[in-house]
Amino acid sequence: MRAYALVILLLSSILAISQDCNNTLSGTVIDLHDGSLLAGATLIVAGIEQAVETDLDGKYVITGLCNQTYAIQVYHPFCLTQGYKVEVSGDTQKIFRLEHHLEELNQVTVAGKAFTAKTKTLAESTISKEVLERFSSGSLGDALNSLSGVSSLNTGNTVVKPLINGLHSSRVVIINNGVRMEDQEWGSEHAPNVDVNSAANLSVIKGAGALQYGGDAVGGVIVAEAAKIPVKDTLYGKTILNGASNGRGASLTSQLTKSYQNGWYANIQGTLKRFGDFEAPDYVLSNTAIFERNAALRVGRNRFNYGIEGYYSLFKNEIGILRASHLGGAQDQIRAIESDQPLIINDFTYAIVAPRQDVTHHLARFKGFKRFDNFGKVSLQYDFQRNRRLEYDIRRGDDSNKASLDLALNTHTLMLDLDSDLSEKARFKTGIMGRYQKNFANPDTGVRRLIPDYTKYDLGVYGIVDYQFNDNLLLEVGGRLDYTYMDAFKFYRTSFWESRNYDTLFSEIVVEELSNQVLTNPQLTFVNPSATVGATYDLSEDYKLFFNYSLASRAPNPSELFSEGLHHSASRIELGDLAFNSEVGHKVALSFQRAHEAFSFTVNPYINSIQNFIVIEPTEIQQTVRGNFQVWEYRQTNAQLLGVDIDASYAFTKKLRLEHQFSLVKGYDSTKNEPLISIPATNTKNAVVYQNSEMNNLRLSLKSAYVFRQNEYPNTNFEVFIPEIQANKTIDLSTSPAAYHLLHFDSSIDIKVGTQATLVVGFGVTNIFNTTYRNYLNRLRYYADDLGRNFLLNLKFNY
Amino acid sequence: MKFLSLLGISLLFIACSKDDDTPDPVNEEEVITTLKVTLTAEGVSNVMLESRDLDGDGPNEPVITVSGSLVANTNYTGAIILLNETEDPAEDITVEVEEEADEHQFFYTTGGALEITAMATNNDANGNPLGTAFSLVAGTASSGTLTFTLRHEPRKPNTGLSDAGGETDFTATFPITIE
Repeated sequence: MRAYALVILLLSSILAISQDCNNTLSGTVIDLHDGSLLAGATLIVAGIEQAVETDLDGKYVITGLCNQTYAIQVYHPFCLTQGYKVEVSGDTQKIFRLEHHLEELNQVTVAGKAFTAKTKTLAESTISKEVLERFSSGSLGDALNSLSGVSSLNTGNTVVKPLINGLHSSRVVIINNGVRMEDQEWGSEHAPNVDVNSAANLSVIKGAGALQYGGDAVGGVIVAEAAKIPVKDTLYGKTILNGASNGRGASLTSQLTKSYQNGWYANIQGTLKRFGDFEAPDYVLSNTAIFERNAALRVGRNRFNYGIEGYYSLFKNEIGILRASHLGGAQDQIRAIESDQPLIINDFTYAIVAPRQDVTHHLARFKGFKRFDNFGKVSLQYDFQRNRRLEYDIRRGDDSNKASLDLALNTHTLMLDLDSDLSEKARFKTGIMGRYQKNFANPDTGVRRLIPDYTKYDLGVYGIVDYQFNDNLLLEVGGRLDYTYMDAFKFYRTSFWESRNYDTLFSEIVVEELSNQVLTNPQLTFVNPSATVGATYDLSEDYKLFFNYSLASRAPNPSELFSEGLHHSASRIELGDLAFNSEVGHKVALSFQRAHEAFSFTVNPYINSIQNFIVIEPTEIQQTVRGNFQVWEYRQTNAQLLGVDIDASYAFTKKLRLEHQFSLVKGYDSTKNEPLISIPATNTKNAVVYQNSEMNNLRLSLKSAYVFRQNEYPNTNFEVFIPEIQANKTIDLSTSPAAYHLLHFDSSIDIKVGTQATLVVGFGVTNIFNTTYRNYLNRLRYYADDLGRNFLLNLKFNY
Repeated sequence: MKFLSLLGISLLFIACSKDDDTPDPVNEEEVITTLKVTLTAEGVSNVMLESRDLDGDGPNEPVITVSGSLVANTNYTGAIILLNETEDPAEDITVEVEEEADEHQFFYTTGGALEITAMATNNDANGNPLGTAFSLVAGTASSGTLTFTLRHEPRKPNTGLSDAGGETDFTATFPITIE
């Protein structure tokens, strides 16, 4: 194949005699699909037989060229070798876009796997390695927040949970290195347990676009992929050091890769991140420090027709939760909300005390593939995940150092997949998945279990066909069926059990009746179909149209089924419902895309209609010995979400660019005819970016972020009796904060160190004007302002 | 064929890992279910106030009982006992609260026309009021409410509930009559 291309190139090359042959041709080689820069690509100029290789940033320079047209062959170990004709006229720049041929060459790597699992008929948003590196000291959620249509549900600024087109938690599936994360994602204050530095590429699919990993992504799918490792003898590494003024902390991440021509490779990566209390413009946000430690190891062999890989990663995160957000009851809540400042402000410290979270996530994965002639590629993957979550509350006496919540979630998954070319135009992918999950809630906490002990079995089968109808039209159809069986042991309070009439409805599941509790054994079965149908049509060279319909079905999660008690961090009583059915979403998304050097854009309108949508909303006030608490009950309803995401980029010159983003989403409960809670406010981001590849790749960017006020929200206010004044007062929990505008600056410059190594120095300021603001989607917005100004220094060393 | 073998493995999972061990119940250790206030004075009968909520933050409301009326123009001595009655025998939480006196304080709030003044009579190690023991002066005949509030980690010293901060561990409001 390669030799054939070379012969053509040699035959077609023109030998020319020229007068001015001092021109250079420079630029980058990038991946056609995700825009990532390809290191180690070889460019051969036919005729003069000059060969150069791209550096680690995908850059190349070819010198001594004349003013004429050259035939250039670009070769990369993971890509289809391609020939190009390039007209050189003076110093010329050219970007080569290579088509990954993952099916044949890169199947064992996680990236390849995840790529092929994604739908082809939904426009995906991608964050490249370069952009991701700027979020090195932040979290996965922070990085994702930079995409249109993606926002986050925050608890302070360290627990950042991605929200895709208005949906979050169990409705957003995260695929980390080819493994579906099982990390207690149901809780709104549970952030994803993924080190942002372990991913080389992050993409978001705003729909149920990864049927291989599940059909329950009602909101969308986030795919984090590791860096591709070339098949050649090489050793390279990268270290990033970040320092930030707000939080007075730093993060250090480093990785080293060794690979061989024979396909063997190894990669080791580690991250250390420590910040103290963060600061709002006017005060310290006491007890918001974070201490994160991660490590990952990957070893494998990648050959043309077979491959194996072992991967292990450890994620450990300790997070302080704003001290002033911990409340007794409604009377405390009213004091906290009415105060302009948090009720507890201490001096800055690195110490993390209660309330706090301590989460450890282990992920181990083994996978292998083998290619059979005339049949296809068969891959087998086993993964094990262990998520241990400890939450510490402010407690009394002997219990003060004991966790209030101690959960261990173990998940084993086995996947067998077949990827086969039915014909030159049609590809077929199918597979089967078995999963076993066990949750253990430690009773030694002395607090009733928030999530009960359970075992869960999943069995899933899927099939996807894509068909290249003609050069312009690609069609895709996929289906999946999941069977879920859940066997739980749940203690109910006798009073709750009876008040809900469960004693007559579910009397058969009672195992034992204790003095004030009832032990039950709910055994639940869910059968969930999911499907996707879509088309991609190339209108012209620049314009592309995507259409996708997806059906997603999600079984209710343990929190929605079994909650019954005080959720301390939310200061409210939460009640689930044993009788819930699966939630079923129908999403239709259109994308109209223009890819052009000067002016490119994507317009992505969508409508998501969800049946049996599970919402939690306030229903009543309950008196307890600690005062009144608001009761929030889960309820199933029908919901409609519609919105549009717009991305646009306009290049004034080659060096100066304007970038624009706009996201709008509206969510309604169609049964009650009122807005849904926690729907992101309309927002727009606009940036002016100056980038000069001739001046050490200097990049200067000024970004404006404007968030409108959310003017549609349900009324969740309630009245509470205040003994001091002998009267009722309204607690305003629903009114959204005012609109705000933030300005951020970011810059970087490359400095060559020796022949191989590059140092990239970055400097940035976020919230330049130290603007005081509160974010509607920050759960702590009632108690404190959001982050103030932050100076960031970023040093990246490639070697 | 491989599918079938995987199916077999999955079924094996289901068949083998079933265990019949039921989990142990958790009895909440920190719950305060009951507040008992005894008001005593020489020459008059004792008055008992009680707020009791055995299901904690479950749906049942606390049960409030007041044994009788106070006698006008009398100086009472008050004593507070806190119990966790979900445990058997009931745990005396007052002991814990008194051990951590510097992190706790009781407040007494009157409502309506009730003519009562109450004041803590025991202190923490720093000399700030704790209030599990208190004195109560019943004034002229009147009626209204008396609220007891236990705050955890209040600002100490303070001038009352309004600037004490901290978290409410227990609060109970009693209808009181002075005759």
